[in-house]
Amino acid sequence: MLLSGSDLQAIWLTLRLASIVTLILLVLGTPIAWWLSRTRTRWKGAIGAVVALPLVLPPSVLGFYLLLAMGPYGPVGHLTKALGIGPLPFTFEGLVIASVFYSLPFMVQPLQNAFESIGDRPLEVAATLRASRLDTFFTVAIPLALPGFLTASILTFAHTVGEFGVVLMIGGNIPGVTRVASVQIYDHVEALEYTQAHHLSAIMLIFSFLVLLTLYAWRPNPKRGA
Amino acid sequence: MSGIHAQFRLDWPGFTLDVDLQLPATGVTALFGHSGSGKTTLLRCMAGLERAPQGRLTINGDVWQDATHWLQTFKRPLGYVFQEASLFAHLSVRGNLRYGMKRVKDTQRVSLEQAIELLGIGHLLDRKPDLLSGGERQRVAIARALAVSPRLLLMDEPLAALDLKRKREILPYLERLHDELEIPIIYVSHSPDEVARLADYIVAMEDGRALAQGPLAETLTRVDLPIRIGEDTCAVLEASIGAIDTQWHLARVDFSGGSLWFRDPGLPVGRKVRVRVFARDVSLSRQTPEQSSIQNVLAGTVEAIGEDEHPGLAVVRLRIGNVKLLARLTRRAVAELCLEAEQEIWVQVKSVALME
Repeated sequence: MLLSGSDLQAIWLTLRLASIVTLILLVLGTPIAWWLSRTRTRWKGAIGAVVALPLVLPPSVLGFYLLLAMGPYGPVGHLTKALGIGPLPFTFEGLVIASVFYSLPFMVQPLQNAFESIGDRPLEVAATLRASRLDTFFTVAIPLALPGFLTASILTFAHTVGEFGVVLMIGGNIPGVTRVASVQIYDHVEALEYTQAHHLSAIMLIFSFLVLLTLYAWRPNPKRGA
Repeated sequence: MSGIHAQFRLDWPGFTLDVDLQLPATGVTALFGHSGSGKTTLLRCMAGLERAPQGRLTINGDVWQDATHWLQTFKRPLGYVFQEASLFAHLSVRGNLRYGMKRVKDTQRVSLEQAIELLGIGHLLDRKPDLLSGGERQRVAIARALAVSPRLLLMDEPLAALDLKRKREILPYLERLHDELEIPIIYVSHSPDEVARLADYIVAMEDGRALAQGPLAETLTRVDLPIRIGEDTCAVLEASIGAIDTQWHLARVDFSGGSLWFRDPGLPVGRKVRVRVFARDVSLSRQTPEQSSIQNVLAGTVEAIGEDEHPGLAVVRLRIGNVKLLARLTRRAVAELCLEAEQEIWVQVKSVALME
């Protein structure tokens, strides 16, 4: 057996985290991306920048602020305490919330591009065919942006799988709860277990390559101006 | 209250639309003008795609916009054909046709079958839009707009993006719409040819205003208003094929006030036709012309003399029976013939263009 029980546990935890985060961001990111692609407000730049921030921010910085916010003395901490949930750091739920922030731009930006490339015309056509705005969104905008949804989901999933700094800041290193694959590799190296680190790293490498291969090999036919 | 009343005022940087139009609720009304004259903007205001802050639009008494309320586009019972077909790329032709149709709540007056048959697209139903030619796409777009049983059909230069061959392919279908459906059509165009073929009523637009409006034949032959179409200056006659001369391959078109011979188009006697007489093909003579190659000679009366775009030319309006013709002459010829209003004159017509 190439992988130990704790390795498998870490991989399973990683996949679970990435799947949940991707689903949450599909629901949260779609309206944000739609709004950003349609709005003419002067706040568009500022809000776009906030969404993009995790792209450039060191994960430890993001993790640090989230830790403060979710900690017992932070605003989120107060809220969760009042609700009887208890503090979020060092829990799987806390990790999910942190990852949602961390991966937000990877969902929003491809979706925003996809929505923008649709243009106004199909939406106007739908309006002249009796479709309300909500109807148009679901029956025209989403189907036409479908390739963008696929790209955004793959990127979000892969990016969450590769997360390390934020996990350490928020989740620590609790087996089965917050010890994801990247942290597990770090532990192996710390313990000088290079063989195990090799195996797990190779799996991550292959996974990342396959993800990118899917993205680059699969290109929808450029639409001939229908 | 029947008819369409459209009144809009819209101020954009560098452009103002300011129109107040009373349009007929039947037939084809052409909004005619150069690009930038505001005709597309006017059409978009009628559709609710553009919101003019001041405006009023009533269609046969139904208010679509006034000072207090404004109906959103998707609640207006209209059909709209854009310049580019703009079919939904993710749907088949059938899916495109059904999209609007299944969202219509009131009674269907145009059935899907009727729309498909009118535009001749029955063989395309299962195809995706990107596998259609430009002309086929535009026919599907027109059928899609018809399938919502609109009470007003708005068409924004539906032929402008097509080459001449595709235009010829679609024009007969547009003429069928005109003849077979009782839906008023507002048709935006900058092509004199399309307007002369399709329109019953014309609004000439310039710089966001309506320069002139009226029934087609009457408005085209006005010499006081500058509908500047130069070489295309013409009169349009509603006529019918009166006789056929098989020996010389000629046909006679009869109109109220006279008749003209032209080359036989192969239509049966009695067929109603719309013909165009270009002002450049009409010449005038004080004496009975004899032994001339121009064999169509009519007795007419000069009604008015107007200016042409070119300073060397004049446009003369002539009355023959109840119809009006235009002649485009040099100013020198006008002076040497001493032309003036109410003068009797011989009108020679070199050729007639059939529009069918």
